[in-house]
Amino acid sequence: MNYNWNWHIFFEPNPTGAGTYLDMLVSGLLLTIKTALLAWIIALIFGTIIGILRSLPSKTASWVGFGYVEFFRNMPLLVQLFLWFFVLPELLPRAAGLWMKQLPNAPFWTAAIGVGLFMSARVAVQLAAGIASLPRGQKQAATALGLTTAQGYRYVLLPMAFRIIMPPLTSEFLNTVKNTSVAITIGLIELTGQARAMQEFSFQVFEAFTAATVMYLAINIIVVTGMRFLERSLAIPGYITGK
Amino acid sequence: MIEISHVNKWYGPTFQVLKDCTTSVAKGEVVVVCGPSGSGKSTLIKCVNALEPFQEGQIILDGIKVNDPKTDLPKLRARVGMVFQHFELFPHLRIIENLCLAQEKVLGRSHGEAVAKGEKLLERVGLTVQANKYPAELSGGQQQRVAIARALAMDPIAMLFDEPTSALDPEMISEVLDVMVDLAHEGMTMMVVTHEMGFASKVANRVIFMDRGEIVEDALKTDFFGSPRSERAQKFLSKILSH
Repeated sequence: MNYNWNWHIFFEPNPTGAGTYLDMLVSGLLLTIKTALLAWIIALIFGTIIGILRSLPSKTASWVGFGYVEFFRNMPLLVQLFLWFFVLPELLPRAAGLWMKQLPNAPFWTAAIGVGLFMSARVAVQLAAGIASLPRGQKQAATALGLTTAQGYRYVLLPMAFRIIMPPLTSEFLNTVKNTSVAITIGLIELTGQARAMQEFSFQVFEAFTAATVMYLAINIIVVTGMRFLERSLAIPGYITGK
Repeated sequence: MIEISHVNKWYGPTFQVLKDCTTSVAKGEVVVVCGPSGSGKSTLIKCVNALEPFQEGQIILDGIKVNDPKTDLPKLRARVGMVFQHFELFPHLRIIENLCLAQEKVLGRSHGEAVAKGEKLLERVGLTVQANKYPAELSGGQQQRVAIARALAMDPIAMLFDEPTSALDPEMISEVLDVMVDLAHEGMTMMVVTHEMGFASKVANRVIFMDRGEIVEDALKTDFFGSPRSERAQKFLSKILSH
């Protein structure tokens, strides 16, 4: 193989005229972080609501939860992003569709919301499993004390369920970060996008993607460490996850 | 205080767990409910504070109809203490927090007021030292005493016990029964599902014997232990008193 390694490429100016190739990658990294964080917040909020619906005794509530989860988890993420980005504006009334297409940063919002909703289905399933894993008596004890259903969830069921699902939630957070790379297909120039751009401008494909890999790794090490720390600080003395 | 009349309950379309149950508990009375497993005694006691719904009949608690859709159930439940077989303390809360949660969220007491009340009750059940521990750090007997204190913190008009000593090691049973005997002597209205015939003969006013969803015998304590009328009760007694 005839390949000219050039690790100095990162410090050479990039053709856009704004800084070096490294600056390009860092701006992609920041966009990836921003997209992933917003997506994760959306995933947690919607996942929690749907997870709760799935655990309620009401038939209607569990049907709504079921429909939501199956809709978002049975379609490839790529197809979902295309759907939100290309198809939805066409389906809406003309004025609304036009407004959507002209939104500033449309790829960013679409990616964050699209990835967020996709991940929320997974959070929902895990939360519902976490709630189901609690002894039935916990809900009864809360109810018997006069707590309303909402209070029972807020003060008794959710604090325990979230502690139990902390390890799989960490994986979902990591998946959220990695899934933002799919947004390159709707024109979001995040980390993967910038790495590809760098490769196209400089032909240093290995350096570009090595750097991108290292950056993804760095984000995810921070996520894992943070979640571990959170898990430990929430551990209950004497309980399984505690010491 | 508690009026149960002609209560019928089915699980699914055909399986009847309660058959025309009628009985009552007067103010200050201690009623023990016993019977073989699967006889419906836990189900009956859980109908009293509407933890379990029932299809026919009615239960009136301190003048309020439990199975009336207009009844504010959380408010009604807050006035009746319930103690469960598996304690059902909230594992993520310290002992004192377990005692305060419903006082604050349901009764609207201030934190200071709730803590003062909680500490007084912990002293009463001999667990002052454990106030800042978590449930998993306590023995079963201690946990059940906390559970009783948690119910008492709501200043209940009556207490329901669902097999409070069945999950305990033998050496811990008496510490829980002692607390219950004290309560009975103070004039608390109590409905107790238990196999502890020693407790029944010491403090009960009446004994209800259930079998296959029916109240087979509802008699004064002396009559029940002296000369049970039904053959089923005789058999049951001879079995559990033979050792």
